[in-house]
Amino acid sequence: MNTLTYANIFTIGIAMLKAIIILIATVAGAGLLSWIERRVLGWWQDRYGPNRVGPFGIFQFGADMIKLFFKEDWTPPFADVFIFWLAPVIGMSALLFTMAVVPITPEWGITDSQVGLLFFLAMAGVAVYAVLFAGWASNSKYALLGGLRSAAQTLSYEVFMGIALMGVVMLANSFSLYTIIEAQKDGWFIVPQFLGFCAFVVAGVAVAHRSPFDLPEAEQELAAGFHTEYAGIKWAMFFVGEYVGVILVSALTVILFFGGWQEPALLGYKLWPDFLPVYPFIWFALKTSIFIMLFILIRAALPRPRYDQIMDAGWKFFLPLSLANLLITAAVILLQQPVAGGA
Amino acid sequence: MEFEFYLSSAITLFATIRTITNTNPVHGLLYLIVSLIAVAMIFFIIGAPFVGALEIVVYAGTIMVLFMFVIMMLNLGKDVVKQEQQWTAPDLWLGPGLLSLALLLQLLYAISTGGFHTAAGITNIDVHQVSTTLYGAYLLCVELASLLLLAALVAAYHLGRTTENE
Repeated sequence: MNTLTYANIFTIGIAMLKAIIILIATVAGAGLLSWIERRVLGWWQDRYGPNRVGPFGIFQFGADMIKLFFKEDWTPPFADVFIFWLAPVIGMSALLFTMAVVPITPEWGITDSQVGLLFFLAMAGVAVYAVLFAGWASNSKYALLGGLRSAAQTLSYEVFMGIALMGVVMLANSFSLYTIIEAQKDGWFIVPQFLGFCAFVVAGVAVAHRSPFDLPEAEQELAAGFHTEYAGIKWAMFFVGEYVGVILVSALTVILFFGGWQEPALLGYKLWPDFLPVYPFIWFALKTSIFIMLFILIRAALPRPRYDQIMDAGWKFFLPLSLANLLITAAVILLQQPVAGGA
Repeated sequence: MEFEFYLSSAITLFATIRTITNTNPVHGLLYLIVSLIAVAMIFFIIGAPFVGALEIVVYAGTIMVLFMFVIMMLNLGKDVVKQEQQWTAPDLWLGPGLLSLALLLQLLYAISTGGFHTAAGITNIDVHQVSTTLYGAYLLCVELASLLLLAALVAAYHLGRTTENE
């Protein structure tokens, strides 16, 4: 059945090489983002930010990495050692795995899974354990409270994140991210799914534990929350994992609501003239960067709300909003069907 | 495919046994999560990716998080490990072990007398097939399940309501 010819080996090799390149690019991008974020935050807040190491401080990330690698890797004597080690590994890898189903261009993507979107939701669900296990294994009050908060917050926000995405699934008639992008050839889903988009972005920020939803690590109340006891490379894995989350949620926003690699199109009209050249990767990178910047701008602009306000907003506002979006989308799709659909 | 299947099955069996025999609740829970993910892998391998993904989303991603949540709230310490060791004394394994053995024999008999699926007989079940079956032939079951969930929701609301303003 599966004979390994040289052509097969070549194809497999190319596919693996692509996967490795995507993996390295994501991690490197996440690392570089830590520098970009601090520079941009500094710019917006009228201060310098890291600008000493190399031109514009671009080597700051390298310097940080060297520091973190050589810092004493301290494990508290009161911690549960195995789970204490496992937590940062889950935190970094769960969201990195999701990059496997993210289509960058028609040719550049690791796999076209027919349940791509569900795979993202599954991995987002598994990523919660990073914070939970870190909070529990640290065996300290701050970490435990941070972990508990994170569990409640992420569960609440994942509920309506899944529901908000079902509108997109209904319009594209598939869970595959490639099919979803193809379905937006004549118009991005941001227009028919605006409510879903709002709910997804809010949930995405919450799932990536980014400000203003970074209550699990609210400094004023909880020291550093779930990673209070972490240092060195283990802490760095949480840190990089957070930026991987930012990249992933931005990329998914682009794929689900802004046509992925495709040029702008709105309500059936192409906004990009045919005679101009088309670079799928440039479009994808440009759109994703805009959303990454939006993530950082949100952090710079908004204060952190109170914990009960966050839970209230999730259950009493965004959940009904996504349910209403689901109902309206389903009703419109049924009304637009030319033939009365039978079973 | 066969190699992956046996690997996932072995992981499932080992993780499930460790879930039962572990005395530390969080470690036991971790093994249970691994077991669920391995079962999801088997679903992927036998051509049911939708069920596999839902297995991770619902069981590993949501229900187990709630378990973990409760364990963290209970603030269990070393006493629990001791208590668990007492409760899982060897002579207590006898009854459940025998009952499970009876079930295992039954399962082996069922497998040996047919109902055997070869790898060639496996078809890929996609989301459309699952949903048309759920909302066609099994519509009544879906509605009954949702009624059950509604009852649970009402009960949770009743338990969680505040009585200050009444």
